[in-house]
Amino acid sequence: MTIINLDHISANPILSEVKEAMIAAIQMDYANPSSQHTRGEQAAETLESARESVAKLINCDNPKEVVFTSCGTESINHAIKGVALANAQKGKHIVTSNIEHNAVIRSLRRLKSMGYTITSVSVDEHGRVNPRDIAESIKDDTILVSVMHSNNETGTIQPIEEIGKIVREKKVLFHSDAVDSVGVVPIDVHKLNVDLLSFASNPFYGPTGVGGLYIRRGSQVWPLLDGGIQENNKRAGAENLVGIVGMGVAADLARSRMEERIAHTAGLKKKLLDELPSYIDEYIINTHPEFSLPNLVSVSVRYIEGESVVLMLDDDGIAVSTRSACATGSLRASHVLLSIGRDHADAQGTLLITFGVDNTEADVVTFLTALKNVVTTLRNISPLYKKATNNQK
Amino acid sequence: MYNKTVMDHFRNPRNVGIIEDADGVGEVGNPLCGDMMTIYLKIEDEIIKDIKFQTFGCGSAIAVSSMLTELAVGKTIAAAKKITNKDVADALEGLPKNKLHCSNLGADALQVAIKNYEDKKAGKTQPELKRKDQHEHSHGGKCYCPYCDVEILDNATFCEACHTNLKESH
Repeated sequence: MTIINLDHISANPILSEVKEAMIAAIQMDYANPSSQHTRGEQAAETLESARESVAKLINCDNPKEVVFTSCGTESINHAIKGVALANAQKGKHIVTSNIEHNAVIRSLRRLKSMGYTITSVSVDEHGRVNPRDIAESIKDDTILVSVMHSNNETGTIQPIEEIGKIVREKKVLFHSDAVDSVGVVPIDVHKLNVDLLSFASNPFYGPTGVGGLYIRRGSQVWPLLDGGIQENNKRAGAENLVGIVGMGVAADLARSRMEERIAHTAGLKKKLLDELPSYIDEYIINTHPEFSLPNLVSVSVRYIEGESVVLMLDDDGIAVSTRSACATGSLRASHVLLSIGRDHADAQGTLLITFGVDNTEADVVTFLTALKNVVTTLRNISPLYKKATNNQK
Repeated sequence: MYNKTVMDHFRNPRNVGIIEDADGVGEVGNPLCGDMMTIYLKIEDEIIKDIKFQTFGCGSAIAVSSMLTELAVGKTIAAAKKITNKDVADALEGLPKNKLHCSNLGADALQVAIKNYEDKKAGKTQPELKRKDQHEHSHGGKCYCPYCDVEILDNATFCEACHTNLKESH
């Protein structure tokens, strides 16, 4: 059975051009880029060329401001803990939002246990931060503001440019977790007014195991990994050159094909949203109607639970993701969905559909047809649906 | 994630539905992970003649409900009272550790339905439909944080591993 992948946010396929470049890199048997001999210099050139490609993707004109990491989570940890540790003598207050990824939340929780204080601002019903709330939260001892660019559960995009302008005026460092945005939508670190930006390679069809962190020149940030002088003294440890080569090629392709990819996935998203009402009823769209990722739809289907939907759709050869508490392993309703006003039951029925370059319009129809059957089956089993329909009578 | 028996009961749940003139109804819900289950009993001569369920929940909650109805049907009330959550999990040949929590409502729902039947029989005017406040710790004596799955003390109110308050939640 051919699998229809509507779960690109969990794992994107690696593009064939990227795979070929990575295989070639393995076969090159690169030396250590820090070595002074010819083979070391070749490796260093390859590394720097990939860095240039990645820097261009975020419109960064000084590639030295890009640090390669092992993943988006490492980039986020590096940004938050690195700023906190380097600026502890200035202050220990950090401002963030209620809908951040766990990499941000748990990094901040760690810092809290070390004496830092955190202010977390709430969001509107679509999950957007009000920049004014950020401005009002900044105090004399604030050293960092961290707000994500796009949310991984709703796809909602934050007013980063506006927040960045406020934060810079207050002379505080500004970090944005842009893991689900970089390579997917245009990102310009200058326009966004960010000092630090976290991202990863897989969201733009590069390999997993490679990420990047933009650190604007002059920002005080400690490394997470101490050791050698790699990555301009910002991250010690021999570089994952094969992965970095893959990320570089993926970055070039993301840049040249971005418009085409956005048009393609946004078309599929529109088709899904337009046609959904003729397949199922009683659902809530969590994605912002205007400011959202082109490839992501978050929908809470009422009276049923998401993990059951995922398992049943899997039987039909369709892969989607859910934000149901039961499926996360944490058994806790998503903080993002609760923050935008979903109740526990509706949060349970939340599906995340993410399109990619490999999807077609036929996939949308196959998905909707299968979803209709699954929703009918599960609602027949659900006591909540019976109660709701009885109440409506 | 789930074994074949669990997947079979999830894909082809037995005894789904409602008994309109049920002799006993048990409705339980787990506010923490959002699972809810209703059990309907038809009882003749103190024997469960028919049992149906409706469940809002994950794959494991549906499989637990289905297996529970299979274990209970045909049993005397006295025998059905002895069915524990562990019996249901064992009959399913095991559930993932963090799913034991969401699935504890299975036997609870049956016990509430039996209580409802007995209350009705005893002529109590307001049959008790609600579940007991706390489920039994019937998963092998050990307790795990429902959020991060680290083993915790039975009476813990705070998980040291993930820094979460655990009031009534485990």
